[in-house]
Amino acid sequence: MRYELDARRMLCPMPVIKAQNKIKDLAVGDILDIFCTDPGALNDIPAWARINGHVVLETSEQDGDIVVTVQVNE
Amino acid sequence: MEEQHKAVALISGGLDSMLAVKVLQEQGIEVEGINFYTGFCVEGHTHAIRNKDKDKQKRNNALWVAEQLGIKLHIVDVIQEYKDVLLNPKHGYGANMNPCLDCKIFMVNKAVEWVKENHKNGFDFIITGEVIGQRPMSQRKQTMPIVAAESGADDILLRPLCAKNLPATKPELEGWVDREKLHDFSGRSRKPQMALAKKYGFTDYASPAGGCCFLTDKNYSDKLVDLWKGRGSREYEMDDIMLLKVGRHLRPKGEYKLIIARDAGESKYLEGYRKQYTSIQATSHNGPLALIDGDIDPEDYSHAASIVARYGQGRDADEVEVLVSIPNQEKQNLKVQPLSSEQVLEDWHI
Repeated sequence: MRYELDARRMLCPMPVIKAQNKIKDLAVGDILDIFCTDPGALNDIPAWARINGHVVLETSEQDGDIVVTVQVNE
Repeated sequence: MEEQHKAVALISGGLDSMLAVKVLQEQGIEVEGINFYTGFCVEGHTHAIRNKDKDKQKRNNALWVAEQLGIKLHIVDVIQEYKDVLLNPKHGYGANMNPCLDCKIFMVNKAVEWVKENHKNGFDFIITGEVIGQRPMSQRKQTMPIVAAESGADDILLRPLCAKNLPATKPELEGWVDREKLHDFSGRSRKPQMALAKKYGFTDYASPAGGCCFLTDKNYSDKLVDLWKGRGSREYEMDDIMLLKVGRHLRPKGEYKLIIARDAGESKYLEGYRKQYTSIQATSHNGPLALIDGDIDPEDYSHAASIVARYGQGRDADEVEVLVSIPNQEKQNLKVQPLSSEQVLEDWHI
């Protein structure tokens, strides 16, 4: 399943916390697109994902938003 | 087979907690990190806002430390619970609005809860990077037992960097950890930590001068106290504490204050609050976006606008056109004369 998380206007580490809490409820293989506006998320979400064994599939920009796509891995 | 005991470490993102974890890892202890986000953490935040900070490295130090150590990190949002710590600190405040001792007790208590929840996974004790004498309020010989007792951690709280100066804890008494390989650091000197960092090959680590909390900052604390005074209440929301970090704050009247962006980055950030706050911005000249926080009398819009105009490129013009945007109401166009620097009273600056 693919899900979206709106973390716009939040400053780090809130996007990480929101992503962490959302991913707790997802299954292995699920994909989460996290929409952010804080550029710090480009470092922090991938760092959090690496530490916790998840995979960042892509980081991109869409209409001024930063989108970090994470696949749940464990 | 010998039972594997695990520890959870309070990770601030600074050197001391990083070293404390490494000391235990050297003894074969598996560690996971926990980091509490109070809303006042210096970590993150403002680097995303101001233009002058755009080139600063945008990393969360707690996450970075965890990655260097190869440990998992759990970041916990405690913003709501933390209000009680800030508003009613049993042990009082430090030099500013920093309730350091109550804060430490609160965080260790949260770690105790975490250990209870995760005991089935082998977690038995808590470690911190505390050093006796390192901080004037929360890290003193007299306060170390207070933290252990009032947090409920008691003898499962181990401080690897100064353990030899303290009574042995359960992990030491039970032989899970070799006390002889722990340390006896004390005092404000950073030399022992720097030497240990060198031994472990840590060359890049954060060392924030005023600690990791905005509440230790006088300017920030003054703004917080002013916010409460202006509202006649010590309540606050997340947006309030974020906005205290942004812009110049001026209170021309008791009922309201202006939050005036200091650069384009801050103007962009404040844009996000236009639906919640009345805002003012020059339209005839380039100028900052300003928010009005409080109950402003509509008759004061012109005065507020003339202050905001002072900080834009029209500051020397005879007249500046401004737009006043009030949430859910029709916008108002005003023409004002910018105040001179002398007319912006020193007392207004918070």
